[in-house]
Amino acid sequence: MIYLVGLLLFGILAILQSTIVSTTPLLLGTADLFLLFIVAWALQDRVDSSWQWCLIGGIFASLYSALPFGAFIVAYLLCVGITRLIKHRIWKAPFLAMLAAIFISTIVSQLIAFLSRTVLGVSMSLIEVLNLILLPSLLLNLILAIPVFSIMRDLAQWLYPEELEA
Amino acid sequence: MKSNSSLRLFVFLLIALGVVGLALGGYLAPISRIIINPVVSAQGWLAKRYQAVQSLVTQPEDVTSLRQKNAELEAENSRLQVQIVELQQQVIEAQLLSTLVDYERKHVENQYSAASVIARDVSPFMHYVIIDRGSDDGLRRGMPVVTNQGLVGNITSVTAGASRVQLINDPASSINVILQQSDVEAVLNGQLTGELELNMINQNATVQAGDLVMTSGLGGNYPANIVIGQVVTVRNEASSLFQTASVQPAVDFSQLDIVLIITNFQPIDISPLIPAPNTP
Repeated sequence: MIYLVGLLLFGILAILQSTIVSTTPLLLGTADLFLLFIVAWALQDRVDSSWQWCLIGGIFASLYSALPFGAFIVAYLLCVGITRLIKHRIWKAPFLAMLAAIFISTIVSQLIAFLSRTVLGVSMSLIEVLNLILLPSLLLNLILAIPVFSIMRDLAQWLYPEELEA
Repeated sequence: MKSNSSLRLFVFLLIALGVVGLALGGYLAPISRIIINPVVSAQGWLAKRYQAVQSLVTQPEDVTSLRQKNAELEAENSRLQVQIVELQQQVIEAQLLSTLVDYERKHVENQYSAASVIARDVSPFMHYVIIDRGSDDGLRRGMPVVTNQGLVGNITSVTAGASRVQLINDPASSINVILQQSDVEAVLNGQLTGELELNMINQNATVQAGDLVMTSGLGGNYPANIVIGQVVTVRNEASSLFQTASVQPAVDFSQLDIVLIITNFQPIDISPLIPAPNTP
């Protein structure tokens, strides 16, 4: 059931990302819905399927991108790892944890995309990447972080209902 | 007695005829106005009161029917507005297709297949789009993609129902081009910013702003003579081996809706012909 919801969610996100979000950039940067939902899911209490959802999201993102197939999967797996570390450190303030996780995860995922293109022989100026892609993407992701976290918290409560003590 | 009454009748008829004659001649208008105006006013007053009373009695029925009619009209209005939006969209598409058909007629040497752009690459580092035609429609990897304005890119991967197109402004894109006016050959590279840059222009070549950039056909990746854009600025530094120039693309890559794929062009892979560094 949980994986089915994940498949459905990331299928919808892939369509939204490729048709709407990617066509409305800020400079050249765009929000990353996959990353936002994966990180928000990894921050939820009682959720034990964050790695699996991360894999599903990575596969969907790879299908919709010309980046090397593993790039998104590796980036998102790293982001989930970082997010879980942050969750253990800032567990009392989930919104703050979300913002911190999105901040670091955006930088990590964009740097992995930049490195994967550079390894394949495409030369890009790091300053241009920073100014035109990384910082605008960071801003958009941070703006969307709190609403996405709220959505995922509701979803987590639905999929992992709190057990009542007898 | 009888003659007296006949005389009275005759006088009465005479007066009546006189009154009719005066009325027909318009001489009685002031008098009739004085008489009729109060009557008309009184009749108007009474009619208004009667209509008010009548509407009061029949109002519930009217309100119900009016509300029903209003709801029907609102629904009809919404339906028509949706229809207008759909028709406007169809008109835009038809205009676009018409220009593409014109382009196709002018370039009879090529066979074309039209496709809609349905998605963009999810990574901002990649300048790629996805189109709604694939191998089932006869598309193959390497086929050039154009619009009526100029070159868009080429197909890099194909599935049964969709294809991925690398735009010419992708940083990994490299095309052999020729400047129409000066006959100078160069290499066109995409940039991260979405701009196009001309490289490998001979230092002795004369390149000016406004020169038309077209595909040269060298390298076998694109057919020759497809418009790409115009030279905007030229940079000629004495210390460098080649001149460079920035190019304004003819195609607006942010507004791609429908594209044409040249289906009778097969790219030539010349990589086996390029000698490896260790080859004796």
